[in-house]
Amino acid sequence: MKVIVPVKRVIDYNVKVRVKADGSGVDLANVKMSMNPFDEIAVEQAIRLKEAGKADEVIAVSVGVKQAQETLRTALAMGADRAILVIASDDVHTDIEPLTVAKILKGIIDEEQPGLVLCGKQAIDNDMNATGQMLSALMGWSQATFASELDIDGDSATVTREVDGGLQTIKVNMPTVVTVDLRLNEPRYASLPNIMKAKKKPLDEKTAADYGVDASPRLEIVNTVEPAARAAGIKVGSVDELIEKLKEAGAV
Amino acid sequence: MSESHQDIRDAVRALCAEFPPEYHRKVDAERGYPDAFVEALTKAGWMAALIPEEYGGSGLGLTEASVIMEEINRSGGNSGACHGQMYNMGTLLRHGSDAQKQKYLPRIAAGELRLQSMGVTEPTTGTDTTKIKTKAEKRGDKYVINGQKVWISRVQHSDLMILLARTTPLADVTKKSRGMSIFIVDLRDAIGNGLEVKPIPNMVNHETNELFFDNLEIPAENLIGEEGMGFKYILDGLNAERALIAAECIGDGYWFIEKVTEYAKTREVFGRPIGQNQGVQFPIAEAHIEIEAANLMRFEACRLFDAGEPCGAQANMAKYLAAKASWEAANACIQFHGGFGFAAEYDVERKFRETRLYQVAPISTNLILSYVAEHVLGLPRSF
Repeated sequence: MKVIVPVKRVIDYNVKVRVKADGSGVDLANVKMSMNPFDEIAVEQAIRLKEAGKADEVIAVSVGVKQAQETLRTALAMGADRAILVIASDDVHTDIEPLTVAKILKGIIDEEQPGLVLCGKQAIDNDMNATGQMLSALMGWSQATFASELDIDGDSATVTREVDGGLQTIKVNMPTVVTVDLRLNEPRYASLPNIMKAKKKPLDEKTAADYGVDASPRLEIVNTVEPAARAAGIKVGSVDELIEKLKEAGAV
Repeated sequence: MSESHQDIRDAVRALCAEFPPEYHRKVDAERGYPDAFVEALTKAGWMAALIPEEYGGSGLGLTEASVIMEEINRSGGNSGACHGQMYNMGTLLRHGSDAQKQKYLPRIAAGELRLQSMGVTEPTTGTDTTKIKTKAEKRGDKYVINGQKVWISRVQHSDLMILLARTTPLADVTKKSRGMSIFIVDLRDAIGNGLEVKPIPNMVNHETNELFFDNLEIPAENLIGEEGMGFKYILDGLNAERALIAAECIGDGYWFIEKVTEYAKTREVFGRPIGQNQGVQFPIAEAHIEIEAANLMRFEACRLFDAGEPCGAQANMAKYLAAKASWEAANACIQFHGGFGFAAEYDVERKFRETRLYQVAPISTNLILSYVAEHVLGLPRSF
């Protein structure tokens, strides 16, 4: 079984994000970029499936700008076998929308015929949480989102999902799209020999047009603003004063 | 490898992130050795970076090795616990025989053997290395070693050591740099059989020792290269060491700058952040400028070393500049942290002690100045 893992190049989670002066988005110039952390968990899970003999090949895919090949090299250094980069924009500030990504992934799946697609549940830059679900619909496949456990057994997969009320365990038919949550695993860091090997692994470059997909945006960003700064607190002398202040603030 | 070696940096940082400041603080307080950290680095292949691929390593150069060391120090660790294998490797790779490489390199690459120690300095012989008194006498198929060494690091956490000893007395050689040879000493066989190791407690948590050789026998096949040419061979190792330590100081420097910048932005006194005062800003900015400048010389030294070109001047100058810059950064960092700089939980005092070492070891600042004055500029010799 082949496993496809889509990975997104996003602003590193350690970076303090700054909004661009014109409000069109966040500033990405000279900012450290990394693999979306949820996608890292998906890559790790795919590699573990391969190590357990349940997958034969792990293919990492990224849709975006040319620089996303660094993200793919990271996936290859972790242990993916090969990578496909689909260039859909030459501007790092253009976010490729979930439906576009899903359509391109469908094109890749039609060619590669994987038995499983493992996605991060969402990307930490736009928090859309949509690509996996859209892909499942386009393919007509089952889906299991927010996975915190995954067990594949022949034609079906048992997935424990993190839902609002706790944990839900479902069984889905293969092939399937699984989107992974934070607690599924702890991704490994790449070893030096694997970084060196990754440089020699195949990385195919395609364009959105190769899959007949128009990558131009359908959504318009009206404005981007920073969250309001937190106001200073006050100290109260007693419980009574606390209640009084909360009432004044309309909080109780 | 790209110019910035971002892939190496990211991967080393990810590994280092598993060992938070609390870990290094505890090792320091216990005067312990960071076993788990060095083991993780070894397992992930970082300690075998310089070993050629045919022997199971990654075949990288000193430049990449220096990036690894820099990132360890930049992440709050101390490469002093493990940099020996990096600078010793050059000596073995360039001057070891095929048989020696075949015997040791695959096992070092696999993490089964450690080559972390180099025995050069003696109690009565510091930088005037040609005066060493430790001698190796050939008897049949063995060399017999007698003498004493001091400040020999990581001996208790290494399996092998490269040893410099006189094979021809100073009086009998035409050039004083001749007549010395280098050997691979298997510490596991040697300790207790003619080699005694006496640890030296010190200001930083650095495992360093006095060594006493009393008729230690080592197989003649452990001679590296040609007998009598050892001084020339060891210089390669020393230059590599200088460049690597420059990189470590640069890592320390960035750590101090980041730490003090963050603190100066958030620490408020008289209703405003202390970093708003130019008296605070300027020493930090000055140290940053010096680190960036030292970094250029460090990459130049590494480039020359990797190209097999002479790099003594650049390696020494890089170490001078970097050690000075990291010390300036350390000083600014502890100063602007005020009392907190002395509290162990801020890690500043530990890094401050660690980086101070590098103005003294492995060569003191004055001797670099003397080297540049006399060997680079051709001024009259003072000694």
